[in-house]
Amino acid sequence: MLREITLGQYYPVDSPVHRLDPRTKLFGTLVFLISLFLSKNIWGYLLATVVLAAVIRLTRVPFRFMVRGLKAILFLLLISVSFNLFLTDGEVLFQFWIFKITREGLETAGFMAVRLIYLVLGSTIMTLTTTPNELTDGLEKSLGVLNKIGVPVHEISMMMSIALRFIPILVEETDKIMKAQMARGADFESGNLIQKAKSMVPLLVPLFISAFRRATDLAMAMEARCYRGGSGRTKMKPLRYKSGDRVAYALEFVYLAGMAGLRYLG
Amino acid sequence: MSIKVEHLNHIYGEGTAFEQYALKDVNFTIEDGEFVGLIGHTGSGKSTLIQHLNGLLRASSGAIYYNGENIYTEGYDMKKLRSKVGLVFQYPEHQLFEIDVFTDVCFGPKNLGLPKTEIEARAREALSQVGLDESFYTQSPFELSGGQKRRVAIAGVLAMEPEVLILDEPTAGLDPRGRDEILDKISELHRERNMTIILVSHSMEDMARYADRLLVMNHGEKAFDGAPKEVFKHYKELEKMGLAAPQITYVVHELREHGVDIADDLTTVEEARDGILKALKEL
Repeated sequence: MLREITLGQYYPVDSPVHRLDPRTKLFGTLVFLISLFLSKNIWGYLLATVVLAAVIRLTRVPFRFMVRGLKAILFLLLISVSFNLFLTDGEVLFQFWIFKITREGLETAGFMAVRLIYLVLGSTIMTLTTTPNELTDGLEKSLGVLNKIGVPVHEISMMMSIALRFIPILVEETDKIMKAQMARGADFESGNLIQKAKSMVPLLVPLFISAFRRATDLAMAMEARCYRGGSGRTKMKPLRYKSGDRVAYALEFVYLAGMAGLRYLG
Repeated sequence: MSIKVEHLNHIYGEGTAFEQYALKDVNFTIEDGEFVGLIGHTGSGKSTLIQHLNGLLRASSGAIYYNGENIYTEGYDMKKLRSKVGLVFQYPEHQLFEIDVFTDVCFGPKNLGLPKTEIEARAREALSQVGLDESFYTQSPFELSGGQKRRVAIAGVLAMEPEVLILDEPTAGLDPRGRDEILDKISELHRERNMTIILVSHSMEDMARYADRLLVMNHGEKAFDGAPKEVFKHYKELEKMGLAAPQITYVVHELREHGVDIADDLTTVEEARDGILKALKEL
């Protein structure tokens, strides 16, 4: 019923990408996102496509899992593509009433669509191959320098990892509550907007109560183990780079250089 | 009046890395007025199975007939099925939401679109069936004890006047007294109203005492189906599935191995007492 949420959903298979250090993947994702904005011509996008396809292949995650994340941006994609398509001036290819399609418009819209789709795919690969825990560990370590200027990096990453950890739990809980109420004849699908909103009450009340209960239980369990923030806290599994990470970093730099080079081609 | 399950299969996450058979070719028929115990260790498919019986989950393949009608026929009234096959989930916290007990119990019959007087009459009736008097009506369901919450949850389903009542571990987390009270109420509903009961439980003692018939699930498949006495004779196989027979069964079998002439199908303490006394007299 509620299984369509891909964000923060780790896909557990063993692959070279899964085994990489989260920092390597974070940096790689960042490089990929920057490279998309660097590329100005078809060659850049071709290279990005090849690299993306290769990485997707390497992750061994079924492609349709990646595409699921795209549904969320479908609307945004449609708007930005149609704006670019119809509102760009230039050499007219096709005219219909007040709409005209120009060669430049077609080009920008196409690149825009590809860029948006790749942005989402790139970050989806990251979340599908990295557990939420690894992800926040990686972020905490990478942003550690900000600690010096008084940003509570540890606390923020702890909050993030707890929030991420709770998403699947709450989704499962919602599913159970929905079923329990449906067994009592509740109907969550039919009716107009007001009726639908009203039908959410039997779902939301138990959900909130359980979320608050879980939160206090968790706080208690953390205090019972003497948690008092990040200072002096050591890790059970400290992050360590392996040989695969060095190769990945090298490839990331080569890719970035390639994309920067292609920008001036043609 | 019966529930007939034919070649039921349920696969979670078909075609992904999470793919898992939750139910594999399950077949059985439950007749009107039976008290069926459903056992199996955690993850054996019990919960998945009972959620199929009222149409909350849809089978990957196979069929379920309720009173001779296939519930997977297009246009089958699922809402009506759910009012006839009442399912009480394990945690009452998952369904209690109203400001007081009485309004909460009214939720079920209200969803059936009944007139107000009928709704209230049913809620009163259901609450008295589970042994909660009027002093509870205006209390918040969140301030009750575990056993009382459980009873309100059961009343919430009973108020729809189901013909079949399915209970998923209704005694989990209750003290011995609360447990006995709930089970006695369920047994009363069975005897006095001839309601069909399907009870999921981990307590073999309770099963031996209350159920007429036991269904044992193992890895999504039906392992045993029969009277508790017959099923508990297979206690060695049950142990391999992470289950057990009632403790008294072990005493009886141990006695038999030491040459005491005693029947091998004694599953409750009372039966064993009588059996042992009989054996002693014959000495």
